[in-house]
Amino acid sequence: MHVRKYLSKFFLSLITLPVLVFIFFPVLWLLMASFSTQVELFSIPPHWIPLHPTIQNYLDIFVPSLAASTVPRTFAVSIWNSFRIASMVTIICVMIGSLAAYALVRIPFKMNRAIQLGIMGTRMIPEVSLVLPLFMIASTLKWINKPVVLVVTYLSFALPYTIWLLMTYFQTVPIELEEAARLDGCNRLGILFRVVMPISIPGLISTGMFVFLLAWDEFFYALIFTSTLASKTAPVAISEFVGRYSVNITGMMAGGILAALPPVILAFLFQRYIVRGMTAGAVKG
Amino acid sequence: MAQLSKPMVKRPFSLRQQDARVAWLLLVPSLIVLLGVTFWPILYTFILSFQNAPSGINQVRTFVGLGNYLEMLKDTGFWETIGRTMYFTVASVSVELILGLAVAQLIHSRPWGWKFLRFSLIIPWAVPTIVNGSMWRWIYSADFGALNGVLMQLGLIKHYIPWLTFPNLAMPLVIVADVWHMMPFVALILQAALAGLPAELDEAASVDGANAWQRFWKIRFPLLRPAILVALIARTVDAFRVFDIVYILTNGGPASKTMTITYLTYLNSFSYGKQGIGAALSFLISFFTIAMAIIYIRVLYRPEEN
Repeated sequence: MHVRKYLSKFFLSLITLPVLVFIFFPVLWLLMASFSTQVELFSIPPHWIPLHPTIQNYLDIFVPSLAASTVPRTFAVSIWNSFRIASMVTIICVMIGSLAAYALVRIPFKMNRAIQLGIMGTRMIPEVSLVLPLFMIASTLKWINKPVVLVVTYLSFALPYTIWLLMTYFQTVPIELEEAARLDGCNRLGILFRVVMPISIPGLISTGMFVFLLAWDEFFYALIFTSTLASKTAPVAISEFVGRYSVNITGMMAGGILAALPPVILAFLFQRYIVRGMTAGAVKG
Repeated sequence: MAQLSKPMVKRPFSLRQQDARVAWLLLVPSLIVLLGVTFWPILYTFILSFQNAPSGINQVRTFVGLGNYLEMLKDTGFWETIGRTMYFTVASVSVELILGLAVAQLIHSRPWGWKFLRFSLIIPWAVPTIVNGSMWRWIYSADFGALNGVLMQLGLIKHYIPWLTFPNLAMPLVIVADVWHMMPFVALILQAALAGLPAELDEAASVDGANAWQRFWKIRFPLLRPAILVALIARTVDAFRVFDIVYILTNGGPASKTMTITYLTYLNSFSYGKQGIGAALSFLISFFTIAMAIIYIRVLYRPEEN
């Protein structure tokens, strides 16, 4: 019996190997390629591990010199743009979304259910259904090619998502705590800011992480609203270069790795919260 | 997906009306934002979908009633695009669900390194869609791609092959890229659901002589249904609107073989200058996704399980 158990564990473990290869082969190849020279990348048969590894591709992005091609210079700016925009979206969403989520979860009033339904409904609307009017407003305000246009338009999907995630979080805050505070003479806002918010900090932070990932990942609005170097995000920079033939491919690969790093690191730091957030939010492009 | 929550009403000491005023105060910032960036735009798009609206500053719009919708429904290209989008959706979602369920069950069986496997699943999910798309475009590359490299070293091909130029192969290749990205999402959700099931059920069935296969299908699978529903709806809604990965991998080509409905909407609105058609198309996308969500809920949701 013991031997059989051991054997079955052994076979199960064998099955994990192809799964791990499927997960890791693409990213490891990309990682290796980003450390090779353009010449070596094109060698046939391929050098899976570069014979002459170089960090030049990364150096070009971090320390842009005039000698470097447009690829690394664009990446340096666009990754910074992505970072600014995603951070702003995250801060705004968590700040105003937490207030709304609390009201919807704990304060009974006439329109409560209707507003919940409305917010849930907006999450079914595809970006492409909103983009034409948003484009018209943005042109009127002369916001095209300014980072602010992405901060504002990203709220269209990020804010309902934030409210939804935080609602599921606030539901887990024991109501007895609030009642106790109320008996102690706290009013509604006092309860919210002195009792509920402080104990919800883990929820606010993990929600913020999800919103950041969502904004970092966004491509459609960024493609339509930004095209200048000063405003475009990392996904747009990648998409512009990827179609061109005579472009610095290893430089782009380094850029791709750098664009993937912040979300991957965040996801690892917040591992514990990820599955719960996935189940509650259940939307990520 | 969370249930609509009923606020708890158990506060004899509260002033109801004052509370309602506070609620509105808390909601106002979010409602103003949503009014501006979702409610007003969706209404505008709705009106636009009944207009002939060429893009351009001085173009005059005319009311055409259901004209845009009828024009699309009569267009065979539209139905081909719907068919292609369904192909992508059904194929990628079912592969993701089957593989995801298998991987979740694998982790649940605790092989050596199961923690590492669960940890690894986060990587593909966290990689941004555009990075994922370009990575696969490079993997499929005819000049330096890893796919050609592997096949060559295994002796399966003699020359590098331009994979993405074959019309019938392009969509399956896009699907593989999407599966790599999103299968982990399904696997992680289902794995968490499996971990939440009471272990006694399984043990009891085991004592009664049920084998592993029966225990999976008769005991765990039915209990997993709510989690499967969540994963299925989330993935289907996303897959039906697919844009990013198609844009970066194939640009809808070759020969429009990977042209999906959102891509067609994008082209109509921003390249062909037919905003009215674009608006109508975008409403059909919402219609299809909502219809699919309702079908799933009807088929899979059993209230007594909640």
